[in-house]
Amino acid sequence: MSVSVEVRDLSITFGEGATAVKVLPGVSFSVQPGECFGLVGESGSGKSTVLRCMSMLTDFWKGDVLINGRSVRDMPLIERCRTLQMVFQDPYGSLHPRQSVRTVLNEPLVIHKLGDREERMRRAITDVGLPVSFLDRFPHQLSGGQRQRVAIARALILEPSLLLLDEPTSALDVSVQAEILNLLQRLREERGFTYIMVTHDLAVVDHMCDRFAVMLRGEVTEILPRDAIDKNRATHPYARQLIAASLEYEGAA
Amino acid sequence: MEKTILDVRNLRIRYGGASTDAVRGVSFTLGRERLGIVGESGSGKSTIGRALLRLLPGATITADSLRFEDVDLLALSEKEMLKVRGRRMSMILQDPKFSLNPIRRVGDQVAETYLRHFKCSRGEAREKAIAMLEAVKIRDAERVYAQYPHEISGGMGQRVMIAMMLLADPDLVIADEPTSALDVTVRLQVLNILDGLVRDRGIGLIMISHDLNLVRNFCDRVLIMYAGRVVETLQASELDSAQHPYTQGLLAAQPRIGGSRAPLAVLDRKPEWLEEKA
Repeated sequence: MSVSVEVRDLSITFGEGATAVKVLPGVSFSVQPGECFGLVGESGSGKSTVLRCMSMLTDFWKGDVLINGRSVRDMPLIERCRTLQMVFQDPYGSLHPRQSVRTVLNEPLVIHKLGDREERMRRAITDVGLPVSFLDRFPHQLSGGQRQRVAIARALILEPSLLLLDEPTSALDVSVQAEILNLLQRLREERGFTYIMVTHDLAVVDHMCDRFAVMLRGEVTEILPRDAIDKNRATHPYARQLIAASLEYEGAA
Repeated sequence: MEKTILDVRNLRIRYGGASTDAVRGVSFTLGRERLGIVGESGSGKSTIGRALLRLLPGATITADSLRFEDVDLLALSEKEMLKVRGRRMSMILQDPKFSLNPIRRVGDQVAETYLRHFKCSRGEAREKAIAMLEAVKIRDAERVYAQYPHEISGGMGQRVMIAMMLLADPDLVIADEPTSALDVTVRLQVLNILDGLVRDRGIGLIMISHDLNLVRNFCDRVLIMYAGRVVETLQASELDSAQHPYTQGLLAAQPRIGGSRAPLAVLDRKPEWLEEKA
């Protein structure tokens, strides 16, 4: 089932007193059911923080995050995990080095008291294009691309509706990136997932996303449709500069 | 290419304890030009850069020829190598956060290159370092000189690294993924600065990268590496007419702005690529 997402006035401050830093002054955007929405901007602009707030990994924020009209704050933990899952940037850091793929995939099934575990694990690992025999491998026996597939399988195993993707391919080679992007595209077509994807690569945005928000110092400067990239139809000066730099870098300008 | 700076023939590198060679019979020459080396992670491109500076303790390096201008790099003692490394040949590393000493002022780290290789006073080295920081377009170089690495941004840190490596006026600079830790807006600035300095001073440049767009824009010639071998050598401007299926595969796997949204081509790795020679 596809879900819509509404983020309203999301703000967060790190630190206290004189050293307090307002990282997000107030972010708002909405995402249609089944849409792939991009968040772009330079490092430190708060892109990943938005995802961490939405998934409640960081929970001391203010504002509203509504999924199909329900606030993530009001959802019990179990329900929240069945609704949204996150895929992290670095597959070398996000898998436990001493847990086999089977252990990684089994844990959520046990926590959520789901049956047919073997069958569900087999399906998840097949969905991400890995052979079933990989269930008994450890992370050091996998390449970077295979690790990221396992991380995606871990996110898929609870059958969520919303995937938060935090730079899912920036640690990977371009050839491996292509495999992961194709996988994400196929899963979205088959399952109707809603994606929110953080990236700094506008070519990836152009390939994957329907719309994207350009962030600068914690603020959304502009929300643009995908086809605003190649003719640089942004109006905010920073968004224009970012798109122009990407076009120049690609040699397309 | 009026003068050959570097002549590498049949270079083989094996890490200590490994059962196969990481670099298997690589040959190339470099004049006063910008040479790109591209390939996936693990293809041996950074290993080549490190081997040229002899920064691989424990690895076995063999070659029919490994000449840098008038010296045979394999025959030098470590003491002689110290006079080459940093003075005549230097290397810009990937991430300034890890490459700069966190507890020393950045300016002192830049000046150290000059103090180490030239007879001069501290004051002269400081002046040289400040002039070089200005050359890499750091505004207010005096102030930045006195700052610590954590006080400067990533883009500025990478410019400090460039200043440090160019201060001794080397003949060859090896840049190992110089901008992959930087944002796209900053990346272009840094590359343009590096490019300008390298051209003005007639320095030979080896740019090691996995980024095809980068080598297309900032190199003259490109070596494409796969599993420790060079599979193809191309003029950067002719990258699109690559013949080798591996190069074609890498180009096709790259999403492009304004491209179709059809599934990206996925590399179909052929076992024979491992053995064939360019």
